[in-house]
Amino acid sequence: MNDAHWLPIIFVGLTGLAVVVYAILDGYDLGVGILLPMDSPAEPHRDTMIASIGPFWDANETWLVLAIGLILIAFPAAHSVILTNLYLPVAVMLIGLIMRGVAFDFRAKAAIDHKLAWDRCFKFGSLLTTFSQGYMLGMYVMGFQTHWMSQLFAILSAFGVTAAYSYIGGAWLIMKTEGALQEKAVRWTRNSGRATFAGVIAVSVVNPLVNPGVFNRWFDFPLVMFVLLIPALCFFAFIFNDILLARLPKAKDRHCWLPFVMVIGIFVLCFSALAFSFFPDIVPGQMTIWEAASAPKSLMFILWGAIVVIPVILMYTALSYKIFHGKATELHYH
Amino acid sequence: MLDTLMLSRMQFAANISFHILFPTITIALCWFVFFFKLRFDQTDNPVWMRAYRFWVKVLALTFAIGVVSGITMSFQFGTNWPGFMETVGNVAGPLLGYEVLTAFFLEATFLGIMLFGMHRVPSKVHTFSALMVAVGTTLSAFWILALNSWMQTPSGYTMIDGVVHVVSWWDVIFNPSFPYRLAHMLVASGLTAAFFVAGISAYRILKGDTKKAPRLALKAGLVIAAILAPTQALLGDFHGLNTLQHQPQKVAAMEAVWHTEKSAPLLLFAIPDEENKTNHFEIGIPGLASLILTHDIDGEIKGLTEFGDNHPPVKPVFYGFRIMVGMGMLMWCVAWFGCYQVRGQREASPFALKLISWMTFSGWVATLAGWYVTETGRQPWLVTDVLLTADAVTSTPASHVGLSLAMYLIVYAFLLWAYIHTLRLMARKSVTVEEFETQSPTGDSTLSPTTISGNSRPVNQGANL
Ligand code: HDD
Ligand code: HEM
Ligand code: HEM
Repeated sequence: MNDAHWLPIIFVGLTGLAVVVYAILDGYDLGVGILLPMDSPAEPHRDTMIASIGPFWDANETWLVLAIGLILIAFPAAHSVILTNLYLPVAVMLIGLIMRGVAFDFRAKAAIDHKLAWDRCFKFGSLLTTFSQGYMLGMYVMGFQTHWMSQLFAILSAFGVTAAYSYIGGAWLIMKTEGALQEKAVRWTRNSGRATFAGVIAVSVVNPLVNPGVFNRWFDFPLVMFVLLIPALCFFAFIFNDILLARLPKAKDRHCWLPFVMVIGIFVLCFSALAFSFFPDIVPGQMTIWEAASAPKSLMFILWGAIVVIPVILMYTALSYKIFHGKATELHYH
Repeated sequence: MLDTLMLSRMQFAANISFHILFPTITIALCWFVFFFKLRFDQTDNPVWMRAYRFWVKVLALTFAIGVVSGITMSFQFGTNWPGFMETVGNVAGPLLGYEVLTAFFLEATFLGIMLFGMHRVPSKVHTFSALMVAVGTTLSAFWILALNSWMQTPSGYTMIDGVVHVVSWWDVIFNPSFPYRLAHMLVASGLTAAFFVAGISAYRILKGDTKKAPRLALKAGLVIAAILAPTQALLGDFHGLNTLQHQPQKVAAMEAVWHTEKSAPLLLFAIPDEENKTNHFEIGIPGLASLILTHDIDGEIKGLTEFGDNHPPVKPVFYGFRIMVGMGMLMWCVAWFGCYQVRGQREASPFALKLISWMTFSGWVATLAGWYVTETGRQPWLVTDVLLTADAVTSTPASHVGLSLAMYLIVYAFLLWAYIHTLRLMARKSVTVEEFETQSPTGDSTLSPTTISGNSRPVNQGANL
């Protein structure tokens, strides 16, 4: 086997990793944005919720830059196809990201008189981002066909992704908050968990029906016994989490971290299922990773850097989570 | 006609112009803030902490806008310039990748610790975080400028089947114009931040702030500007010599030299006429352009006519260059005048304060003008002699590009207004209170008279701090 064969495999793995980490990390802070209650007595809750993601959101978004950067580095041809096809939803997502990024900081600044307006901006920006990301995921899965079926599927996926982000956002809040807000968060998480469940089922049913390649891959004996483990595990994770949520919060805040861990598990499972459906295509039905890959020499150059730098990144990321461990109520800005 | 190419160029120019405003401030402001924190650690003087606490808030705001507009930038290559990545992806990809890996994660993570971790980590670790943020922004400038300089003066590559392949990474990164561009940009950032700090501090003093912190910051800003302004002129001169060597058509456009001439005059003003290939209303100093650019009063400068159609549009390059240099000279004068005013423990006169506060955003003007010279001066090439701008553009319908451009412009106009408005509010508030709280646990708007800073050490709260 030569470099030109295995380097693209390594890079598609790295890209996949960056995408999952992004979906989990920015997922919870987008989710917190979606869940923001807008009535005025809830202002202290909003403060706590936003404080809980304060130290992390910037680094979380960097995983998106890394993911898009990796596709750009390793698969420039696919990068162009994907981004030109998704031109408008990408623009909408970027506007959403801009709105929430700045709202986050402006709300905390001197213009306290406009705080509510910035909070609305934060929530709206988060929704815009999650809807466009879900829509893009749907279009990607459909191979960028434009007929009404795939549009419909993409819209379904937009709701699914938004529900999933609220799910992980809610679970994050259960872990990072206490008292009345935590009770609210338990309710939110439970509801969005059920919505996510419905979304995942719908997508898993529709996807093999409209993509024959996907159908064959999943229902090809003998592999079927093994791969069906993924949906089975996913199913049990949902059920278990739902039962657990009904009992939270427990005395002494036991298990407050468990729903978050469960949701991470669900995210990873769903993503592996998607990856399994399409590998080795980088653009479903159009282009494989080898057709899209850049020169091995360039890939080697960045791979060495990645091997050295990524562990360092993970180390200081862990440090940051350790420093801000605990309930968000104690967090102060500056 | 506004076709996809023209709209994409406008959109790229709008996005990068908006983005660069914020990095230009943050790259150097991070070092200012780190310096304030370090001085506090060393001296225990609470005035330094006051200065830190005010400027870190400004930094956080500026940084946030820099981050989100930067994310837009990284999507632009795929959405609007697919030909760029397909042709030079082997160079651009890894350089952008290293920027993400070594710079973006570093600055983003440590910024979190710096902004929220003051009470959670030992003071030394906190200061270290501030240092890491500063290192991160500077590294980020290193990588992106390596890429941009490579686009101006490519080296270390070969073409195989119309695609760029790297021969030597060293030559790619340290391409001929890179050292000059990096130095010039970092100093541009230093100057911009110095005037920004001095300008806002002067504004606070004008509004009746009697505390020590703004005076300290004013002086720090002015001294740094006074050192950097002449440095920048010198660096710019070297940069120009380098450009003359590698992109003579750009220099010809900067100086509006149409026909090759010896002893070319330095034009202070002119109206270049692209059609007749001549200038109107020339006011110039004989021989000076040759002297500056070739260090010989009889030196020869190649004229634009020698390049056929392969030269950039003259007017924007010519005027842009004059705005940048003019701004540079003005900054130099104001910085030295300001330093003279605040020498010893003296108080600057109201006139000087007004002048300095008017110059708050002067760095923005010079920086944007400089970038327009550089980028427009590279046209019609996107990557000199490798890829034409027109060949890189997307096939997306013009209506889509027009729509996205309109959305961006509206958002940017609003954000720019909100940014400046908020800075002014923050400056005004800090006049009457020692330190204002930005987040209110109780929900009502707060102007708490003071909060204990940093390490749980009690702080002297004399009115004159
Ligand atoms: C000379 C400096 C400089 C220049 C010319 C650019 N940038 Fe920039 N960029 C920075 C200096 C910087 C920075 C100082 O590192 C920023 C600004 C504020 C910040 O948070 O980081 C940043 C932020 C920033 C981010 C967000 C980083 C994060 O998530 O933390 C991205 C994705 C980009 N930039 C991408 C670009 C691209 C694609 C550019 C060119 C086309 C570009 N920048 C020009
Ligand atoms: C590495 C990164 C960069 C790339 C790939 C890049 C590429 C481009 C492209 C594709 C265009 C549009 C072509 C055109 O308008 O003629 C352009 C124009 C422009 N770029 Fe860059 N650029 C980069 C860095 C920068 C930076 C760092 C700045 C600084 C602010 C900048 C400022 C501009 C400006 C002002 C224009 C408009 C010029 C014009 O329209 O003629 N660029 N650049
Ligand atoms: C005072 C005398 C100055 C001279 C002689 C000078 C010279 C130059 C030259 C020749 C270029 C174009 C290089 C090229 O594209 O190849 C340039 C670009 C630039 N200038 Fe200046 N400059 C001066 C002042 C300033 C000031 C005060 C600022 C900002 C505060 C500034 C910011 C920039 C920037 C951001 C660029 C584009 C990036 C680059 O190519 O380095 N310059 N300058």
